[in-house]
Amino acid sequence: MHALLEQSINLYAAILLIVSFGMISQRRILSLVHLYTAQGITLVLATLTVGGLTHQPELFVSAGLTLALKVVVIPVGLHRIIDRMNVRWDVEPLLNIPMTMLIGIVLVVFSFNLAMPIARLSTSIARATLGIALACVLLSFMMMIVRAKAIPQVIGFLAMENGLFFAATAATNGMPMIVELGIALDVLVGVLILSVFMFQIREQFDSLDIRHLEQLRDDGRDAG
Amino acid sequence: MNTSGVIAQLLEVALALAGAPLLLGWVDQWRARLQNRKAPPVIQPYHVLRKLFHKESVVADSASPLFRIAPYVKFGCMTLACAIVPTLSSDLPLATAADGIALVGLFALARTFLALAAMDIGTAFGGMGARRDMLIGFLAEPALLMTLFCVSLLTQSTSLANMVETINHRPFALEPSLAFAGIAFTIVSLAENTRIPVDNPATHLELTMIHEAMVLEYSGRHLAMLEWAAALKLFAYSCIGLALFFPWGIAEIDTPLAMVTAVPVLVLKLAVGGVCLALIETISAKMRIFRVPEFLATAFLLAVIGLLVHQLLGA
Repeated sequence: MHALLEQSINLYAAILLIVSFGMISQRRILSLVHLYTAQGITLVLATLTVGGLTHQPELFVSAGLTLALKVVVIPVGLHRIIDRMNVRWDVEPLLNIPMTMLIGIVLVVFSFNLAMPIARLSTSIARATLGIALACVLLSFMMMIVRAKAIPQVIGFLAMENGLFFAATAATNGMPMIVELGIALDVLVGVLILSVFMFQIREQFDSLDIRHLEQLRDDGRDAG
Repeated sequence: MNTSGVIAQLLEVALALAGAPLLLGWVDQWRARLQNRKAPPVIQPYHVLRKLFHKESVVADSASPLFRIAPYVKFGCMTLACAIVPTLSSDLPLATAADGIALVGLFALARTFLALAAMDIGTAFGGMGARRDMLIGFLAEPALLMTLFCVSLLTQSTSLANMVETINHRPFALEPSLAFAGIAFTIVSLAENTRIPVDNPATHLELTMIHEAMVLEYSGRHLAMLEWAAALKLFAYSCIGLALFFPWGIAEIDTPLAMVTAVPVLVLKLAVGGVCLALIETISAKMRIFRVPEFLATAFLLAVIGLLVHQLLGA
């Protein structure tokens, strides 16, 4: 049973990576939110498993926090924003999707190579998954870069935080509680601020395409 | 080669030939049920085969001999494929004839013959269907090979029978790389068996059909052979999937009597798999042909990531 639980951490890590790739390949905003929720659930399960195996009650608290924040509050909030802005349609990526996925593979190879020597120094039970966590962070980062619309970028940001959280759990058996609380609050505030930004962007340009922000400077120059 | 091996081999081929249309009927029935339609009986494919075998076979004047032999070649390839895949027992005399890579080649051979036959008559639909099928094949085959290699890395063998035995004998462990390979294999088998996200087997709408466009010129017993071969292909793919990812309950060389329990286990696994296939087909919409490369590239990438994950976590 113990061995099976240990292996299940690797499985959760693999699911996180699959979800990250799913996010890159996904065109629809609603599916992105669903994938984000799935990522949150996987993260909760992984944290609970690590907590149970290493007997650290803090990890249970942080799993509860993740559940409340990343599975309930933020997805519900995102759904509300999508409903109010009426932006269920396709996301247009700046790069075509097969190309993005090929770059994603390169990122995975890079992060696996990078993480292997680091993981050898660690003694935590889930050290092998550090590479996957790093890959998730980089993939989400890339998603922020290649998407033109504001909501996918916000989801990319949130997914990146998920990757970081998993890296912390995997490599060091969790961060100190105070850091964790701080980050959770930061993410929540970040989403709030970004959603305000999204409403502002839409009111200004009637669209969530952030490429409009580039034109603003030119307009200003013409006027001045 | 021993007697029990030969018996197992014959039993497997007989089961595949007799059971493949039943699997197709089962999937069709569940699909109809899930879509709130009146479901056809499970034995509907047998009725279709019987009807077609009794009909006269009409061949175009311009057809070459290739057009006539292609259905038999395809049927032969699929029967051999069903004989190689361990469904009831891993002690198969024919299993040494071809490993996983040769099996992929066997599917490619059948595909090539059917594509050539489709272009043989010179109708526009045949050529279009053949081109599309070759496009899908050229993208699906590397993904299928990568999926097989994922399991090969784990079991240190490319022979399907050896893979099944190794997985059955090792202590049960969660293998994340198999999760990737499993998803990739599902995508590839949907594309290869012309199921819904890629092609609709029930449609005869000119511009969207792939497999149906290729067999449009066939009639009578030729068409019956092709329909039966398509059912066998679905059966073979389902059995490859079951052998790679759920190999439990298959008899081995020293336990030939386990075949008695292997039959109901296989039927149960196929029944569950058929319902899952019908479910996938119901909840997904057919995609544009230009989205198919993306779909299959995803399968390839997942299989490659599976290999990488095995390297990372297994090290």
